Amino acid sequence: MKLQSGMLQRLLPFFSLIALFLILSIASPYFLTATNLSSVVRQTAVINIMALGMTLVIVAGGIDLSVGSILAFAGVMGTMTMVGSGSVLLGIAAGVLAGFVWGFANGFMITSLKIPPFIVTLGTLGIVRGLTLVVTDGLPVVGLPKEHSFLGEGTVGPAPFVLIVLVVCAAIVHVALHSTKLGRYTYAIGSNEEAAVYAGIPVGRYKIAIYAISGMLTGLAAMIETSRLMTGQPTAGVAYELQVIAAVVIGGGSLTGGEGTVIGTLIGAFIMGLLSNGSDLLGVNPYWQQAIIGAIIIMAVALDEARKRRFAT
Amino acid sequence: MLLELNGIRKSFGGVHALTGGDLHVDAGQVHALIGENGAGKSTLMKIVAGMHRRDGGEMRLKGAAVDFARPAEAHRSGISMVHQESLLAPHLTVAENVFLGHELLRGPLADRRAMDEKTARLIAEHRFPLDAGRRVETLSPAQKQLVEIVRALQSDASLLIFDEPTSSLSESETVEVFKIVRQLRDRGKGIIYITHRLVELDEIADRVTILRDGETVHSCPRAEITTREIVHHMVGREVSAIYERGQLAPGKVKLKADLPGAAFELRAGEIVGIAGLMGAGRTELCQTLFGITPAHEGSIEVDGEKRAIGSPREAVAAGIALVTEDRQQTGLALDLPICANIVMAHLDAICSGGLVQAGAEEEVAERYRARLQIRAESIRRRARQLSGGNQQKVVIAKWLFRDTGVVLFDEPTRGIDVGAKAEVFALMEEMAAEGKALLMVSSELPELLQVADRILVMRNGAIVAELPRETTQQEIMHHAAVGA
Repeated sequence: MKLQSGMLQRLLPFFSLIALFLILSIASPYFLTATNLSSVVRQTAVINIMALGMTLVIVAGGIDLSVGSILAFAGVMGTMTMVGSGSVLLGIAAGVLAGFVWGFANGFMITSLKIPPFIVTLGTLGIVRGLTLVVTDGLPVVGLPKEHSFLGEGTVGPAPFVLIVLVVCAAIVHVALHSTKLGRYTYAIGSNEEAAVYAGIPVGRYKIAIYAISGMLTGLAAMIETSRLMTGQPTAGVAYELQVIAAVVIGGGSLTGGEGTVIGTLIGAFIMGLLSNGSDLLGVNPYWQQAIIGAIIIMAVALDEARKRRFAT
Repeated sequence: MLLELNGIRKSFGGVHALTGGDLHVDAGQVHALIGENGAGKSTLMKIVAGMHRRDGGEMRLKGAAVDFARPAEAHRSGISMVHQESLLAPHLTVAENVFLGHELLRGPLADRRAMDEKTARLIAEHRFPLDAGRRVETLSPAQKQLVEIVRALQSDASLLIFDEPTSSLSESETVEVFKIVRQLRDRGKGIIYITHRLVELDEIADRVTILRDGETVHSCPRAEITTREIVHHMVGREVSAIYERGQLAPGKVKLKADLPGAAFELRAGEIVGIAGLMGAGRTELCQTLFGITPAHEGSIEVDGEKRAIGSPREAVAAGIALVTEDRQQTGLALDLPICANIVMAHLDAICSGGLVQAGAEEEVAERYRARLQIRAESIRRRARQLSGGNQQKVVIAKWLFRDTGVVLFDEPTRGIDVGAKAEVFALMEEMAAEGKALLMVSSELPELLQVADRILVMRNGAIVAELPRETTQQEIMHHAAVGA
């Protein structure tokens, strides 16, 4: 009895997503069309992929505020490489590498300088954005090879290519989180870092790895963003970190660490994606969208806390 | 009658924590409340202190029915609780903590000077080793406990609840606490005293109430009941409380420490006790051996090989495990399942090709649950939901699975009940019989004498004596306090 209702509450985000989907299907004739649904997928892919990395970071008890800036930096680096070399793949690799480097730097500073991740990534948020603007002089990178548009806009059969990218990434992160040492240690570190150290776990090394993976995924998301815009925008990704963190939190991730799942995060990201898409379709003032998403974050966490309190002892 | 509780009931999400809590406390009486972990003592006291609301039953204070919705209401009615685990704000000073929630004011502003002075006066009156202006985070666990006591004294409550006040205190500090408790009683206060140490009852209790499985099973004056009968009521069955360790058969040297002030060997099959007063350097020795505060000089050999131990990781790799003093802080990931905690230190054993093998974790955990008799509904339960004794078993299971040759135990029986203590000792003996070398730090001298094959006594950061197992408490205290 108690287990069932606990389970029910745990599945609440999932049911909310389904309910939202059904409501929108009824409310708008345009919602349940292939064009609209694939546009939802394309629009949310960037946040979704970043949120996968953020899930690792948050489960480990950390936070990364710099992902929006890293998105811009990686996008600019990737597109510059692409324009310079003419190779799409090389450009994507460069973008992912740029993300990796900043993620690694975040992790390294957090562990070696022993500064809280909030502060370190607040710092890199500024540093990385600044460097991006310096490198580009504030101007977008243009003249990308047109094949690059496939990543963000292409389709394989009926499915948007980004959906496949997202599913593959999600599957990898899901398996990593549940069935590898990295994942197990991520939960252990997030639940009680000191106990993890006392268990002989090389905590510092794993934390660096977690931030580096988050950076890589942000790099990949950056290349999807550039593919959709077909430019490398130095101002891309402003305030994305908030949406990304919101997706993880709505999906059951705990900012105190030790809790969160890939599936939850995906549900969280899609809830936000559907809300924004639904508001567009139903003609809701976009200014209201932000307010609604804000309210949903608070509601989701309040429900989750209530569940935990009720089933704690 | 100061406080009267009849048939108090409370459940949490379907789990019945209390089914019939009865307790009658008179003014000018020290009333010991005892029971195993999970018996419902803390829940009952939290209801009295307004931290939980009861589901049913009757609560009367000085004859009037009461129902507290918030701790502040209980506090206003003259009930004050001295918590076991410090609920203090670490960044505030002693005085600020003492007055937290009932600050003295001058106009709209906090009157710091008055609070400092009043705190200092209370501290001086009881001769506590405390400084009103110190930040709480710089204090030892014992000193924090004293802050909690000063806080209760300050509020001039008529009913004080002490929740295992001596569990982190040294011998001499315990004596001081007893003195304070008696003093308070003689001033006509009612005192509820929760404890695990049955030996304390002789010293302090006027009346004893025993809880088991959420119910009051017995209540009588202390003089009318023997310790044996108390244990029987607590666990509901006979327990051989006096634990006898078999004959020692030491094997080869497992650990050879040559550190400044601490040169000793641990042999396979041996349990070596470390005695000493609080601050004698016992915990520090464990932390050095385990790489938390690495030694700058000296050497550590494991199995005859010199090992550089600069971190817990290197210690574990060398074959040294540490069951820490504070399992909640450093021993367990409380919000992870029991099984995740058990395999945490040895994931390699259940990984293949980089992936944790499906089902392997559960299999390992079930094995240790059966072997250590960890009492939990399921190994998927969070470690937080276990009693202290069962949490300790999970920590021990973690190191059993890692299978290190040397295991250090820092206060292994702290905060766990009689039944679980006997089980922990039996486990330690089993580990020794398997050929592991064990080091056990304990402030409970009777336990050390019971379990250890020989006892090293520490004072001022150095080992000052090595005593055989036939030694006495007096002998140990003599070396620990003044030296030979």
